[in-house]
Amino acid sequence: MVDMEMSNDVTVTLPRIQERIPTVVVDDAHVVYRVHKGAAGNNSPVAALKRMVTRTAAPNVRVVHAVRGVTFTAYRGEAIGLIGTNGSGKSTLLRAIAGLLPVERGAVYTQGQPSLLGVNAALLNDLPGERNVTLGCLAMGMSPDEVRRKLPEIIEFSGINQRGDFASLPMRTYSSGMSARLRFSIAAAKQHDVLLIDEALATGDKAFRKRSERRVRELRESAGTVFLVSHQLSSVRDTCERTIWLESGEIRMDGPTPEVLAAYEAFTNGK
Amino acid sequence: MANLLADPDSGLTPAQLAARHGLRVAGERPSISRYSGQLWRYRHFISAYAHAKLTASFSNARLGQLWQVLTPLTNAAVYYLIFGLVLEQTRGMDNFIAYLTTGLFIFNFTQVSVQQGTQAISGNLGLIRALHFPRACLPLAITATQFQQLLGALVVLLAIVVATGEPITLTWLLLVPAVLLQTIFNAGLTMMVARLGAKATDLKQVMPFVLRAWMYGSGVLYSVNLFAENLPGWATAVVQYNPMLVYIELARSSLLEDPHLLNDSMPLTWLVALGWAAVAGLGGYLYFWRGEQEYGRG
Repeated sequence: MVDMEMSNDVTVTLPRIQERIPTVVVDDAHVVYRVHKGAAGNNSPVAALKRMVTRTAAPNVRVVHAVRGVTFTAYRGEAIGLIGTNGSGKSTLLRAIAGLLPVERGAVYTQGQPSLLGVNAALLNDLPGERNVTLGCLAMGMSPDEVRRKLPEIIEFSGINQRGDFASLPMRTYSSGMSARLRFSIAAAKQHDVLLIDEALATGDKAFRKRSERRVRELRESAGTVFLVSHQLSSVRDTCERTIWLESGEIRMDGPTPEVLAAYEAFTNGK
Repeated sequence: MANLLADPDSGLTPAQLAARHGLRVAGERPSISRYSGQLWRYRHFISAYAHAKLTASFSNARLGQLWQVLTPLTNAAVYYLIFGLVLEQTRGMDNFIAYLTTGLFIFNFTQVSVQQGTQAISGNLGLIRALHFPRACLPLAITATQFQQLLGALVVLLAIVVATGEPITLTWLLLVPAVLLQTIFNAGLTMMVARLGAKATDLKQVMPFVLRAWMYGSGVLYSVNLFAENLPGWATAVVQYNPMLVYIELARSSLLEDPHLLNDSMPLTWLVALGWAAVAGLGGYLYFWRGEQEYGRG
């Protein structure tokens, strides 16, 4: 199921790397979500009281086993694509690597602090773009001086001011593409040991996609490992030389991008 | 799968490989001293976030930040109408308006902090799942936001106190340490309910009742002498050590000529206030830190 040797071949073929230094080691990781379903099932007050007294679990808590025993090692200088159909656990795995979701079993070891940059990173929609840049940078641990220095650069990179001064308008007035671009620009402003990108490259127009792909390459050269979750196979093909294919929370294939993508395409077309 | 070698060349298991290259478990809880250090480095984030929340909360209202003053004023007016005029709780008190508003504003500071604290984690899951920062920033930012709100309310309060005929004296300065102790108490309590509310989502529904009961037990709306008159001795003793009553009495004694206190020994009251701040502040912080790696699940 997991082709470990193949995955190792990939990194060996990279000439820049002399010694392979692992940056992320995922060891049989399981991630479980517990979802409260609200008013489903027997939810009368009497039943709830009875459950409290007898200390049984509420029937309306559903357990979703999103990642089931994933094991792999990522090395410095690698860009790894994560693909899979919707709900296969890609984003959940990224969050677990980032340390944002605890693993139920197994372990995730990382070099430094991985940063997840996703299109759903929450910003405050009632505040102007610039204020959100400041907040986001501070939340990534930058100093106020650094933030002030980088602010114009970030706004410039995001391109939100191309149609007038949008940086000073509340984010709720932005189009979804604009706010996604701004989020990517904030996260990409910092150097990361391990960078996790969730669908972010798919947003924005062609010019922005070019800019952000260039930025990802820079980050990869200076930093270390980049993970990319995407449904756009073309952006995986362009940026990653290794790809992991997740299906129902398990690794279905792990190897060089062309091979994995070919198998994945055959799988999705066959359905 | 667990026994697969992570690196066939070296023949190490994943855990050994990670240990050899100094990798750390993702999302591991830092030690309390490292955590405090991180928190200190994130102080700018806390204040920026608190300020941003404050701005955002008024951004859709036409009168904007003016509500920071209008809300406590309206609040005081409503309670005065009911408890001062309709129920006539003013019996034997020279300045019931000032007595009422002091208690109301001081209690409101804790009330809103705790109310929002239950949501500090559960209401910010997006932020928690996207970015890395010590999670204590969130309840602390709530306390900071409410502290800013309190400063607005205190301006109103001092105006009311002077307008109702209280003299301006040096004892007013005692309001500063009293409010600071209460802020520490609030921060601890907010962190405590933040962790509780992260797991037990029902807390949000229960909290309004708890807080209302606490308000009635803190002598906000009526003379505290009613406690001594109507409660058995031991219950009055319990009420005397109620932290909110203590903080309210400290504020009243510093502002009012005739503060109508339940506690007659001021040094003891200060000591109790200090004790509550220390216990809640430290206990809340430790309790919150122990849950650090669990926030964001589910």
